[in-house]
Amino acid sequence: MSTANEQSRYRGNFLKEVEANVEEGHWVRMCMQCGVCAGSCPLGPHWEHSPQKIFMMIRAGKREEVLRSDSMWMCTSCYNCIVRCPRKLPITHIMHGLANYAHRLGLAPEKQPTREIAKLFWDNLVKTGRVNELKFSLAMYFRNGFGEGIKAALEMQGVGMGLMKAKRLNPMEILGGHSCKDKGGIQRMVAKAREIEDRKKGFGQ
Amino acid sequence: MADNKFAAYICSGCGIGDVLDIKALEKVATKEGKMAIVKSHPFLCNEEGVQLIRNDIANEAVTHVCIAACSRRAKAEAFSFPEVALSRANLREGVLWVVAEGSEHDEVRQEMAEDYVRMACAEVKKMKLPAGNVKETSSRKILVVGGGISGMTAALAAADTGYEVVLVEKTSQLGGFARQMLKRVPFNAPYAEAQPTGVEDLAAKIGAHARIKVYLNSTLAETSGAPGRFAIKIAQESGAMIEEMVGAIVQATGFTPYDITKLTALGGGQANVIDQAGLEALAHAANGGPIKRADGKEVKSVVFVQCAGQRGSGGNGGEGHLEYCSGHCCATSIKQAMYFKDQNPDIDTIVMYQDLRVPGMGEDFYRSAQKKGVVFTKCKVNGVSGGEVCTLNVKDLILGEEATVEADLVVLATGQVPNSGVNLDEWTAVVTLAEGGDTEAQAKREEMRATQSVLKLSYRQGPDMPQFKYGFADSHFICFPYETRRTGIYAAGPVRRPMDMFQAQEDATGAALKAIQAVENAAYGRAAHPRAWDLSFPTARLEGCTQCKRCTVECPFGAIDEDEKRFPKFNEERCRRCGTCMGACPVRVISFENYSVDTVGSQIKAVNVPDEFEEKPRILILACENDAYPALDMAGLQRQTYSAFVRAIPVRCLGSVNTIWITDALNSGYDGVMLMGCKKGDDYQCHFVKGSEMAYYRMSKIDDTLKQLGLEPERVNTQEVAITDSARVARLINDYVAQINEMGLSPMKGFG
Repeated sequence: MSTANEQSRYRGNFLKEVEANVEEGHWVRMCMQCGVCAGSCPLGPHWEHSPQKIFMMIRAGKREEVLRSDSMWMCTSCYNCIVRCPRKLPITHIMHGLANYAHRLGLAPEKQPTREIAKLFWDNLVKTGRVNELKFSLAMYFRNGFGEGIKAALEMQGVGMGLMKAKRLNPMEILGGHSCKDKGGIQRMVAKAREIEDRKKGFGQ
Repeated sequence: MADNKFAAYICSGCGIGDVLDIKALEKVATKEGKMAIVKSHPFLCNEEGVQLIRNDIANEAVTHVCIAACSRRAKAEAFSFPEVALSRANLREGVLWVVAEGSEHDEVRQEMAEDYVRMACAEVKKMKLPAGNVKETSSRKILVVGGGISGMTAALAAADTGYEVVLVEKTSQLGGFARQMLKRVPFNAPYAEAQPTGVEDLAAKIGAHARIKVYLNSTLAETSGAPGRFAIKIAQESGAMIEEMVGAIVQATGFTPYDITKLTALGGGQANVIDQAGLEALAHAANGGPIKRADGKEVKSVVFVQCAGQRGSGGNGGEGHLEYCSGHCCATSIKQAMYFKDQNPDIDTIVMYQDLRVPGMGEDFYRSAQKKGVVFTKCKVNGVSGGEVCTLNVKDLILGEEATVEADLVVLATGQVPNSGVNLDEWTAVVTLAEGGDTEAQAKREEMRATQSVLKLSYRQGPDMPQFKYGFADSHFICFPYETRRTGIYAAGPVRRPMDMFQAQEDATGAALKAIQAVENAAYGRAAHPRAWDLSFPTARLEGCTQCKRCTVECPFGAIDEDEKRFPKFNEERCRRCGTCMGACPVRVISFENYSVDTVGSQIKAVNVPDEFEEKPRILILACENDAYPALDMAGLQRQTYSAFVRAIPVRCLGSVNTIWITDALNSGYDGVMLMGCKKGDDYQCHFVKGSEMAYYRMSKIDDTLKQLGLEPERVNTQEVAITDSARVARLINDYVAQINEMGLSPMKGFG
């Protein structure tokens, strides 16, 4: 008896899903597996799967492994791979697209630092339409609990004091902080964009 | 013969007159060279200088001219006097430019120049003006064997150029393998979609062409003769026998797909495991609709296995199959995957490759297939089982993991096996037994000739062309494309090397041009490639022949048959004028009018060998005129200096070196002999295929002779020299001279 896995191997089901839902995902089929991206990535040794492998895994139908991989979260957007890809694949963008898709499906690794920080950044930004740097920094420090937060804050004390002296950091921002002119408008705009995206990609609200 | 008049002309231009004593050279030519006219000129290759020679030929009835100036490879157009025999003494590249500057070298430099003048005078005296062997009737018709894409293209190319063509096709219609194909891989921009094969158009053009005569259902029954006069017997299915006379032959007999049933590990022979030809048949049967398997089921998923039984251990299917890459199969699988995708984009099409090779503009085609959704995956296929559901066990080489894949249909991309006829090595073994009286071998010989042979040549060397690697009828694909080792017979298409339709058509055009060249040269009585201007041809003094058969066996081109009395029978038109027969002949009865044992032998003897007390060694260099001699010239051009103790004689091929030259040289006191020829072996660069190999073989046998003379084996030094070896050749000479000096001069001096 053949398993479901065998039937779907290399059949392109997941490839089709990626093409439909991932930003620039329609490029994945054009990869020719030369490995230039894998060789060009400055973080190459630190990824579990190189872009080359990620693309092959997508074509091999390894949905879970791809979406649960932390590889695309490791991309620093240096664009080396895009510059060098002989097939002109927008690899950096595909990595971001895959990360976003995995996040929306809730499959992305929970404690992946890039993902956590991206979430904090986003929440911080949409609240007021502006990034509150003080709150963002504090949220980062305390993301692993109170004790860790105090430790991180103390470590960064010198930097904070320097920024304050140079008037690059206003301690009063802790009290709500300033926002853009039409905060409600920004929030409505973001909500609408999400609604459109969800409708397109079939995510439930 | 009494009318022979010899003249020598010495040029003092290019600085020759500044460093050499021209008066002394003139004296050598007059006194020792016994030239009737000796003149010098400060600029011999200019109009005035050439006119000087022309006037003497016209007014003084000069028949033999010796020019002492630059290398024979330089100023060949200025010094072209087809009405006289001509020799050249190489004073510029051979002396002036290679002997170190300075007055301390004046003496040896002058000796070297004088020797070259002596040698050129001696050579020209032994030369005759070649007359050519123009036959009264020489056919310019071209025979094309095989009516596939290659054959049809070759026939049309030749016919459109104005030549009569006879096309022989084994089956009942033209088209060959291409007729089995639904479409072909694209051959023009944008290289994105498969294109019509064009077989019908080609066949229609052939049918309508006034200069092409087609014989269908026909095979060759016999091919005898030589370029310009091949007598062909064509056997028709009806039993009729037609005779034709043709000038040259293009063999375009194509290929057979590798037998899929031999690929047991890849499910060959099992249900729903087919080869690419099998898929073309299914695609034809589908007639634009869904492609169905043999059992009638619509194919929803298909896997293409590349390199099936190809590329040895680098491919799939294990050892013992084809060792080479057939070159077309990747693009063919891409095309076939498109058959499915174009009909229904939802069909899963997977191409499992190890190295996707799409030559030419194939990369665009590959990309087009990717756009259509064909999945490409780098896999080693370990096993395939056919049946209702085909299963493939593969190792994904990117992900490094084993996987099992299922499909409705598996297509194995098998390789091309050339239809090149009888393997001459097997043939020779069988013939040797048969001639010894073995009745089984005699039957086998007849069977091979009747069933395996394509050309059915009546040559002594066997009924088909000699094969190169892997059974392909090639000779040297880089240096001499389309050339084979049978003069006037050219291979085109996959019988020459594995290739696709586009390459086959290009190949066919090239082969047609070669065939045209061959019939024209034959009509002029000239040699074919590479000595295409050469009017000389070998003749044998049969009364001295011992019937040893070496010439017939060693001729790389099968030019020599045997007559009824078992003497060698030369077919001049088949001859490439390399002189390998002349080098082979132990009794030295074979010679050309302008190149013989005597022309070279007299040069060797003309050199003034100083006695041992002068401590000036003399080293003879016999250099292949195709690569080694140009390398020597270029060494001069680059002012690489080498010893003035060497005397270089160009030979047509190292294969033409007769061992008598070596023993004569050593007997007359030369201290060493250097032989410079082309690379031998599988990746040979010999312009006559086997010449340098023969020379090496013969030199390996010369040790005994040297021992008899009481000489060291190092006195004969054989080197492979490529045309680019200009710096190396100077080094080789200097090293060898140093070696000779260390060894001591020859004890043979003064006895010669």
